[in-house]
Order: sequence, then C-alpha cells, then structure tokens
Amino acid sequence: MKGRSISPGKAEGEAIVSSEPIGFYGGIDIKTAVVIEKGHPLEGKKVTDKILVFPFGKGSTVGSYVIYGLKKNNVAPRGIINKETETIVATGVILAGIPCIDQVDIRKIKNGDIIVLDADHGYCEIKK
Amino acid sequence: MRLGDIYGADKMITVGSVQVAGVSYKSIGDPGTEFLEDLASKGATVKVLTYLNPAGMDLKDWKELGIPKDFAKNQLRIIDAFGKMGILITSTCTPYLAGNIPRFKEHIAWSESSAVSYSNSVLGARTNREGGPSALAAAICGVTANYGLHLWENRQPTVKIKVDADLIFNSDYGALGWYVGKQVKNKIPYFSGIKKADKDQLKTLGAAMAASGAVALYHIENITPEADLVETKGLEIIDVGKKEIKETYAKLNTGKHPDIVILGCPHASLREISIIAKKLEGKNLKKPVWICTSRTVKEAAQREGYNEIITRAGGNIVADTCMVVSPIEKMGYKTTGVNSGKAANYLPGFCKQEVYFANIDDLLEEQQ
Repeated sequence: MKGRSISPGKAEGEAIVSSEPIGFYGGIDIKTAVVIEKGHPLEGKKVTDKILVFPFGKGSTVGSYVIYGLKKNNVAPRGIINKETETIVATGVILAGIPCIDQVDIRKIKNGDIIVLDADHGYCEIKK
Repeated sequence: MRLGDIYGADKMITVGSVQVAGVSYKSIGDPGTEFLEDLASKGATVKVLTYLNPAGMDLKDWKELGIPKDFAKNQLRIIDAFGKMGILITSTCTPYLAGNIPRFKEHIAWSESSAVSYSNSVLGARTNREGGPSALAAAICGVTANYGLHLWENRQPTVKIKVDADLIFNSDYGALGWYVGKQVKNKIPYFSGIKKADKDQLKTLGAAMAASGAVALYHIENITPEADLVETKGLEIIDVGKKEIKETYAKLNTGKHPDIVILGCPHASLREISIIAKKLEGKNLKKPVWICTSRTVKEAAQREGYNEIITRAGGNIVADTCMVVSPIEKMGYKTTGVNSGKAANYLPGFCKQEVYFANIDDLLEEQQ
C-alpha cells in the first residue's frame, strides 16, 4: 500500500491495530509502553517492537515527548502507520527517528499481520 | 521544517507568540529533560514571546504541599533549561488569563491542547495543535509552516452538534465537551442550541473536547467569533440532549467520597476563584481542596483577599501546576474530585485515580 512518508526509515514487525485514535500522553506508559487509557481497545497491551497502526492521534500535545521517551527508554514500536498523522505524532516520530507513514487504508491491516514498512518511500506491505 | 514539507505548506509564516507544553517531569521524564538541557546548553533561545505550560509542582510552595524531593530536583532542572532559552516561566495552561492574548486572525504556534482550542475558537487566532517540541522549534525560529488551521478554508466546520439540554454548572459544559470529543474525534464541530456560555465555560468545554478527542477548533452559533463567517450547510448532525449529558456524568464517575478535590482544570480564572471564595467563606473543610491556577492569577487573588478566605477555610490556591501533571498518586491520594471533563479524562490512566466528577457545589459539600 502506498502512503505518505512522515518519518523516514525501514521496519518489519507484527501489527497491533487500534480502530480508535491514540493519545500518547496519559494513554501509553512512557517506561513500559503499555496502553493505560481506561476503556481503550488496546488497554493493557504493550506496543514495544510492534508496527503500531491507528487512525490518528488525539488528546494532549505532550504526546510528542511520550513517543520520544518510548524510543529513549528502548520500548518504542518499530514503526507507525496512520490514516492521518497529525502534528503531535509527526513531531514525536521525527524526533524519535521512528519510521512512520500515513494516508494508508488501515482497515486492511489486521492484528498480528506481519508488516514490512518502508517509510523512506512511503510504502507498506502486508506479508501475513 | 520537515513538518512544513509533509503537510505541503507553501511558506513559513511569522508567529505572534508560542505556548510550550511538556514541562512536568512526570510527563516528559528523563528523556525529555535531557533533550531540553541539551538544547539549552547549545545556546538555543526563543525569538518571540513564549509562555510555558504548568510544571509538576508549585515552584514556590512545593515543600509545604508534600512534593517528593527527588521529583522537585528534576522539575527544577527542566525549569532552568526553559529559563536559559528565554522562555517566560509562566507555568500555566491558560496563557490567555495571564497576559498573552492573541488577537483575531493572529498566527501563533501553541501547544497545550486546551489553549489551542481556546485561542482558535474563542479568540479566533490561528494555530495547529503543535506538539511540545514543534512549538519549541517555532519559538526558536520565530516561524511556523503555513498549513492546516492557519488557512481559512480549513477552519470550516465538518459536523453540526445540536444541543438540547440546560447547561448550568461548568461541569455540565465539561461533560458536553467530553461526550462531543469522543464522538467527533478530530472534526471541527459547529454547535447550535447553546444559549449562553461565559469564557470559563468555553474554557472547560474546549479542554474536554481536546482531551477525549482531538478537537482544535469549534464554533458556537451566536457566541464564538468565526461562527457567523463559516459555511454550515449540508453537515452531518449529532444531537446531544439531557440523556447524553447524564450518561457522561455516570461514565466519568469511577469513585465516590474523594480524598481530595482539585479545581482549576484548565487553570482557574480570577472569576472562578472569587466564586469559590464566596462559597467557602466561613466554612471549615475537613478534607483538602486545591484550586490550581497561574502565579499571575494567584497574586491577583491574594490582592483581592480570596486567598485568605480560602486558606482560612482549609483550602489551598496552588500555582504553577495541576492535578494531572503533579505526582498526586505518590502523595497517598486515591480518589480525586473534579468538575473538569479534561481532568476526569486523564486522572484514571495517568494518575491512577478514581474520579468523582460532579458540579462545584457537590464537590465542596463532600469535603466539609
């Protein structure tokens, strides 16, 4: 699937998919990478080393620092794929150096799919 | 600059001011602290008026409020780094109540989701939802990329909200905002049916929508400045009535009998503090009540004698910080009472608190 490159790099990993938006600040623990937002579809799941797939960011503008912190704490996802990456997530992934693309039809990606992400060229592939 | 390329900005534009979020040590941790210290040590300084978001503690009275010492040490490192960059240590999420009020149509680069919402919607200034670091970059460069909400065509509403409910307490506006934010996510809502809303109520409405969703701009018929100028034909309509508001109260309530009540999310205005002072005059609180605000507003409250009334009743006006970004879970509190939809959104996950969400009268009654 062809999308738009937000933050360059290549990654491969297992998809973890959220149908709901993610607010990184208050939504994901910066040290453990576990989703802590009550009632979120991914609550209790860990995003480390996954290809994290969600429609777009929400909530606090401090989310960028949480994404950066996940990377520095060595618990970051390997890559991020969005329907639409807004400024807060974009700032975070660029700063952290996490490959990220958007403008992808994320409904085609299922939990557990193996994803090959080439954010240099704004491209991703479902390997299964 | 990379953001401008991604979003197809035609040019960079000068910004009138910047609001920098990501200040509490609890929020940004060691990685954020080191990032900021590194920037400061390389001599980065800001080019435009730059205000700062709340810190994780009252920067003056932190000892008295029981803030852990190692937390305070790290918090002061962060404040020091921002100070070196020439950022004003205003420590508030409501810069518009502390002297930085952008004018209509002014381009600004603000982070802090509630302040973004207020400046776009209530003041008619123009900003995207900047992330903490991208706002900082805009402050250092004095410019931002011309895309998104800086352009008039992107400020048009994308969903209509018909409200049919009596909104009395500020918490009613918070509940409405939380519900609508959940429904509309990152859309631009146009409200009809809201008969009146003062600025404190708009502040809490916008904050809740920006917390449960990603709403950066809203319009209210006959109330906000761009409402008469935008196109509202043919929009999807969402109805919100008494039932939805009541259900939202129930949803946000996860606990009862709060250990502590914390008001002022976003930071309290002088009017809100004056109302609380009137309610607490001659009262005797048995359990703690904090009112969070900026240092600027606290000093005004002291001059008016409100601080003395509140302190005598057993409450505290806490400056520079708030219930979400301070380490309340490490201070022995388990259930927090709030009248803010935004606070009720963040306290369960980020602060491990049970929440008692209610109007101000019920909250103060609980603590007596």
